[in-house]
Amino acid sequence: MGSVNMSYAAAIREGIKEEMRKDPSVIVLGEEVGVWGGVYTVTAGFLEEFGPERVLDTPISEIAIVGVAIGAAMAGLRPVAEIMYMDFLQIALDQLVTQASKARFMSGGKLKIPMVVRTQYSLGRVHGSQHSQFYPSWFFQAPGLKVVLPSTPADAKGLIKSSIRDDNPVLFIEAGVLYKESGPVPEGEYYTPLGVADVKRRGSDVTIVAVSRAVHDALRASEILSERHKVEAEVIDPRTLVPLDTETIVSSVKKTGRLVVVSDDVMSGSVASEIAMRVVEGAFYYLEAPIARVTSPDLPVPFAQPLEREYMVSSSKIVDAVLKILGS
Amino acid sequence: MSIHEISSPDPGSYRDLGLSREDLLWFWETMLKIRRFEERVQHLFLVEKKLVGPSHLYIGQEAVAAGVMKALRDDDWIVSTYRGHGHAIARGVPLKFLMAELFGKETGTCRGLGGSMHAAMYPEKGIVYATAIVGSGIPIAAGIGLAFRYRGTDRVSVVFFGDGAVNTGAFHEGVNIAALWRLPTVLVCENNLYAMGTRVDRAVAGGSIVRRVLAYGIDGYVVDGNDPVAVFIATSRAVAKARSGGGPSLIEARTYRLVGHGVYDPGTRYRSREEVEEWKRRDPIDRFRRVLIDHGFAKSEELEEIDRRIKKEVDEAVDFAEKSRYLDFDELFKLVYA
Repeated sequence: MGSVNMSYAAAIREGIKEEMRKDPSVIVLGEEVGVWGGVYTVTAGFLEEFGPERVLDTPISEIAIVGVAIGAAMAGLRPVAEIMYMDFLQIALDQLVTQASKARFMSGGKLKIPMVVRTQYSLGRVHGSQHSQFYPSWFFQAPGLKVVLPSTPADAKGLIKSSIRDDNPVLFIEAGVLYKESGPVPEGEYYTPLGVADVKRRGSDVTIVAVSRAVHDALRASEILSERHKVEAEVIDPRTLVPLDTETIVSSVKKTGRLVVVSDDVMSGSVASEIAMRVVEGAFYYLEAPIARVTSPDLPVPFAQPLEREYMVSSSKIVDAVLKILGS
Repeated sequence: MSIHEISSPDPGSYRDLGLSREDLLWFWETMLKIRRFEERVQHLFLVEKKLVGPSHLYIGQEAVAAGVMKALRDDDWIVSTYRGHGHAIARGVPLKFLMAELFGKETGTCRGLGGSMHAAMYPEKGIVYATAIVGSGIPIAAGIGLAFRYRGTDRVSVVFFGDGAVNTGAFHEGVNIAALWRLPTVLVCENNLYAMGTRVDRAVAGGSIVRRVLAYGIDGYVVDGNDPVAVFIATSRAVAKARSGGGPSLIEARTYRLVGHGVYDPGTRYRSREEVEEWKRRDPIDRFRRVLIDHGFAKSEELEEIDRRIKKEVDEAVDFAEKSRYLDFDELFKLVYA
């Protein structure tokens, strides 16, 4: 089967649309998802195609958005709620973490909450401290919730479809900076399973695990490493943090003996920290060098563009980290 | 949109309201069942020391649950709270499953994973959720209402919460969206005058809970929460409106918790003994008992027989709970994800 070139935003849009066409229990709700078409165009055209019963513009009311989605999911719908910025999700954390993620467990397995909360982080778009936060590792602490963070259009489409079909609450974190980036998307219908990492590049000298936007930095870094330093990096994108495909990561490190973990969050308690520890537990005796983390520093996101650039993970920071653990 | 003060009807008019003797006995039996269950729970905590953890008793508020549930259909859904034993019992959740949950046993309503604060959760009887975070059930109930309407049904969702909830963001966001979208949701505020130890006048700006509906453009009902018939009438109106597409209403049922906030709270630090005694004279169960007897709906021997039957059922529930086992720890890992 062939593929078509499609933006990250369009791929998510197509994925949701396909599910909505197939299943009337799928509805979308959120701020500006209807008339506006989504501030980042993900739900453009939805209101026209599916009507106001299935495409619900909400007030600026994050607790209500997530709470309504939970109730609707309990009653058998498959709501896809949008929280415009990941920063705003914190307003609704009680609903997402303390209600949605616990409901099934504390009901003794009787309840089912098949809902998706879509959100995006805008790091890299000069949005300052309150519109750029990326903190997926918090949700390692919310068993009951699944956490999905695609890095390519193809993954985004396949993963949003699987998230909608999943019978659990799913936090689907998009990278705002990727919305307009295009890539090949397979033609026809497909689902990308949750909990399966993707090896984005094969290599034998070092394993680079990266998530979301940073996957692209890791891939650029691996090209530089190959061309200039004769180092072949294996780049792995876990694609979902919960469940996390530890096995693929650990096997890769057993092969390469070296690990650099890259994520866009601040270093302490980051996604990189958790992945690094899993490798320590699973492949300690295969490690030939200390594990390196490449993340943002423990700072709020600065506004000024040059400062934000410096704050962020980059391919050159990844190259430096790899060379350092290679001892060259 | 307006505020309706529902006065307690004269017992002589109960038949005209369509309430049969059986209905009235149901109110009585339901309230008494809640009371006897919880008196035993209190004893199990404080004297027998067989129960542990937080537990919030409904003693004094029984008329609210009885009146609300009577106005609902089996296919309506209820969202309850951490003070939910009464809601569950009034909805017909078997006492033994409820008691087993308080004991944390596998046979409990939540297989021992909820405890007292979530024990009311029993989807088999349409009481689908019980949350221990104040106010959080309100947007969830709105979402249930949204799904009911989306499916083209005339089912309604009902959410219970206390006076403490009306100052939370979840209340305002939930009520706003329910009102904005005219969702078939009935909001039942059990105003027992104290959010833990904070009296409503120290917490609610504007001095009135029910008047907040005016800002949202929905109906509000104020009712004596110690009179099951009055609560039933208010709820019936709110439910009828919700079923016919008229949107949500808020019922402020004014009642009193005759015991502390939690089972270990003597409930005396923040209110006077005189006040508690005053409310004891308005005990919904004693009061309804007198109505039933004085107006010839029931004889006292008949009510005593019901009481004996209930006490036996409570004893059996404790026995059932004690003999049940705990869930194996390994089972927990299968209950996190569907």
